[in-house]
Amino acid sequence: MRRLLALLAMVWIAPALAQEAQLADPALEQRARDLGREIRCVVCQSQSVADSDADIAQELRVMIREQIAAGKSDQEIRDYLVARYGDFVLFDPPFKGSTYVLWLGPFAILVLAAIGVAIFFRRRAAEPVRARELSADEHSRVERLLHDGPEDRA
Amino acid sequence: MRRLIFLLPIAIVAVLVALFWIGLDPKRDKSALPSALVGKPAPAVDLAGLSDGAPRLTLAQFKGQLVAINFFASWCLPCRAEHPLLKQITAEFGVPVIGIAWKDKPEDSRAFLAELGDPYVATGTDQNGRTGIDFGITGVPETFLIGADGTVVYRFAGPLSPDGLREQLAPAIAEAKQ
Amino acid sequence: MIPELGHYALVLALVMALAQATLPMVGAARGIRPWMQLAKPAALAQFAFVVFAFLALMLAFASSDFSVAIVTQHSHSEQPLIYKLSGTWGNHEGSLLLWVLILTIFGALVALFGENLPPRLKARTLSIQAMISVGFLLFMLLTSNPFARLNPAPVEGEELNPLLQDPGLAMHPPMLYLGYVGFSIVFSFAVAALIDGKVDAAWARWVRPWCLLSWTTLTGGIVLGSWWAYNELGWGGWWFWDPVENASFMPWLIGTALLHSALVVEKRDALKSWTILLSILTFGFSLLGTFLVRSGIITSVHAFADDPTRGVFILALLAIAIGVPLSLYALRAPVLRGGGLFAPLSREGALVMNNLLLAVMTATVLLGTLYPLLLELTTGRTISVGGPFYMATFGVLALPLLLLMAVGPFMGWKRGDVRGALQRLIAAGICALGAAIVAVWIKSDGPLLAPLGLLVGVWLLVGTLVEFMERIRLFEGNPARIWNRARHSPRAAYGMTLAHLGLAVAVIGMTGAAAWKSENIKVLQPGQALTLQGYEFKLESVQGIRGENYLADQAHFVVSRDGDVISNLYPERRQYLVQPMPTTEAAIRSMPFADLYAVIGEPDGKGGWIVRIYHEPLVAWIWFGALIMVAGGLTSLSDRRYRVGAPVRAGAAQAAKA
Repeated sequence: MRRLLALLAMVWIAPALAQEAQLADPALEQRARDLGREIRCVVCQSQSVADSDADIAQELRVMIREQIAAGKSDQEIRDYLVARYGDFVLFDPPFKGSTYVLWLGPFAILVLAAIGVAIFFRRRAAEPVRARELSADEHSRVERLLHDGPEDRA
Repeated sequence: MRRLIFLLPIAIVAVLVALFWIGLDPKRDKSALPSALVGKPAPAVDLAGLSDGAPRLTLAQFKGQLVAINFFASWCLPCRAEHPLLKQITAEFGVPVIGIAWKDKPEDSRAFLAELGDPYVATGTDQNGRTGIDFGITGVPETFLIGADGTVVYRFAGPLSPDGLREQLAPAIAEAKQ
Repeated sequence: MIPELGHYALVLALVMALAQATLPMVGAARGIRPWMQLAKPAALAQFAFVVFAFLALMLAFASSDFSVAIVTQHSHSEQPLIYKLSGTWGNHEGSLLLWVLILTIFGALVALFGENLPPRLKARTLSIQAMISVGFLLFMLLTSNPFARLNPAPVEGEELNPLLQDPGLAMHPPMLYLGYVGFSIVFSFAVAALIDGKVDAAWARWVRPWCLLSWTTLTGGIVLGSWWAYNELGWGGWWFWDPVENASFMPWLIGTALLHSALVVEKRDALKSWTILLSILTFGFSLLGTFLVRSGIITSVHAFADDPTRGVFILALLAIAIGVPLSLYALRAPVLRGGGLFAPLSREGALVMNNLLLAVMTATVLLGTLYPLLLELTTGRTISVGGPFYMATFGVLALPLLLLMAVGPFMGWKRGDVRGALQRLIAAGICALGAAIVAVWIKSDGPLLAPLGLLVGVWLLVGTLVEFMERIRLFEGNPARIWNRARHSPRAAYGMTLAHLGLAVAVIGMTGAAAWKSENIKVLQPGQALTLQGYEFKLESVQGIRGENYLADQAHFVVSRDGDVISNLYPERRQYLVQPMPTTEAAIRSMPFADLYAVIGEPDGKGGWIVRIYHEPLVAWIWFGALIMVAGGLTSLSDRRYRVGAPVRAGAAQAAKA
């Protein structure tokens, strides 16, 4: 716990406020910022490169701007980073073989659960609770309960 | 059938506990992000040398032999700590080590090497850091093993330690040599 | 001396817990009354010992006793007193002691206020509660002793992590644990009922206040954590779907489902085995959270490895604490047959749907949290599962839930009139559509979830108000009669209205904050200004100041709009005494419809400063909505019917006294 907090302290303090040149064109700059928020800082505790103060995060922010300025598309930049850092670097997990379970899981669970509920309702409709007459024994027990209070009071 | 449904929760919990048990294995290396480049051809390297008249550093020069690349910087404290071990890579395993100074002023890198010794067979300076990102480093120091055919064989993130050298890098070198 | 006594008190508590865990349980099985009655004094004694230990630790922190190891590691003599005190639980060992303290508090409360409980149920419940205590006390004493000493004692401490030196985070663990650990008593009640083989409306009545209390404090604890992140971390975010956050969110989701299904048990004698399952799982998720956070199994790249022994111990605790009850559940649950019949379209039916959706949502969060670990262990590859995944799955599932929440209260028990309910909600529907249209008009290129989120939020808000107005017949009769009806409306009903209302407000806030946030970053010299959304932020000056245990650069911003000064903001960049990294203190001006957020960063060496400002709409609605939810929980708790438990007949009470 303490080490976790120490780690947090080291890489989760100030938001990214290091100086780097911003792109002149506001639309491109906005693209750079949005993309920066999608890319995970690989040495931090779930921060994006836009929000992290780590050296590598700064480098990646600069690199993103360079590539945007050079005309690369968002997807090309993402592919570049994934080729070097793996899928880990994207906050949005890709939809491919290794992540089918992840993406389809919730809805599969929903469907299974819904089927379960449907079966539950069906079964209840099929077995109504039948009231029956009380036996003499149970009758006197009811009388006693009404008069004296619940049975297992100590 | 109805009874089986009630077994579902405990079954799921059993699976999760097994998962966690495996995950707790102390030998599991949680600290290293596996390099996405292992098995792929190493990125091209074309950097200026450290001193003014020095030749440019390229990876092509070393094609045909097993070589290590060590990313370092004068401002990086763990780099100081691992520095003596770099000579060992060449001395003990016969693997030449290339040094790339990452985001460092050349004069500072030169002073660093003058002070601690120069274990590198060749050096280059990556001032804008782009080559480092090309290799997918997550910081400095990081050491890569490049095979004779130019593919990335292994990546060691963080400062080398005698244990790390012996238990991780050495076997990787041995395997690459086969 | 006092730390030694504290340590010894923990050992004594363990002995009490062992006695409490075994004797009453055997007593209940064999009908040995004195053994069953042992539970109450044992619980109280356990509580007394643990309180003593906790106070001893707190005293060590307050007096900066650096001979105690964790005080050295997490405190400093120049810290303000409040952070010396909160340092008690700002570390692994101390927070464990807080865990156990709350476990014993709840045990003691049941022992004291459970006079109406059937003796067997009470004895078994307290026994199980003690078993959990035994597990955690052993864990503490064997692997994480808070009273470990340093000899020789250092002269000065290493300081509490500056991130934790914030009022929000000081109170976050106690509130969170009250919730987390509070569900332990519901768990104990459930397992006791399983052993008993009987779950009925009375059981649900007894359990409800504990459930409510835990849910309310857990809500408060989670929101405090979010509020802290918003204030302290410096980029206007308040939820990151981080494993640690998810670990506290999952018990909340399942706990909400539990609260609602217990209602069906109580009112309609149905959904019994499901409710028992939820009771076990809610605390199970709390334990899972503890495991995830403390074992070091989920760490980020370049993190330190945590002590593997601790991880193994907690895993064993988790496996036993969840595994044994669930096995018992598999055996006994089939005999818990329900009585009440109901049509699918009824209030019970709506509550079943509520539970279905909440359960799937919880499973989704669990899947997302554990998937990277699963993938890494099976294929060696690593991925990240962040916001985008959760929004596409959890977010989408939340929509029908919120829609349903407005309809449910209109439905009758046994058989409800859906068409009638929807007719009464036409006004809500119109408002909701209107809000969605406005959302699209404001920002047409945002994510789809933004107008949808606003739609369901407004639908729920108006729908809940409509239900309330109808219930007290707000427009019928004279004010005196209306007031009378309002006064006699049960508090639990008010609780429901407030809780649903609070959620609606919070959802509207979350949607606005996430969808319409804007920012601007620049390097500014004093005298220069930066604009965002029509607000001008002028940097007047940056001065060095000294706080109680830190030095800081403090900026002065004058915020104006159309020339009128709105606010003065003073963000800081602090350097604490010992820890090397600086922290930011954002300056926030909260307005009803948006927050203005200013942060100051590093100097650029040429007299300028890097400055970041945010405009984040509707953030205050998140905190306000949460506050309303907590108020709802407390209102329900104050309902006499839930506090008293099962009533005792006057005759029997007199006979008992004779």
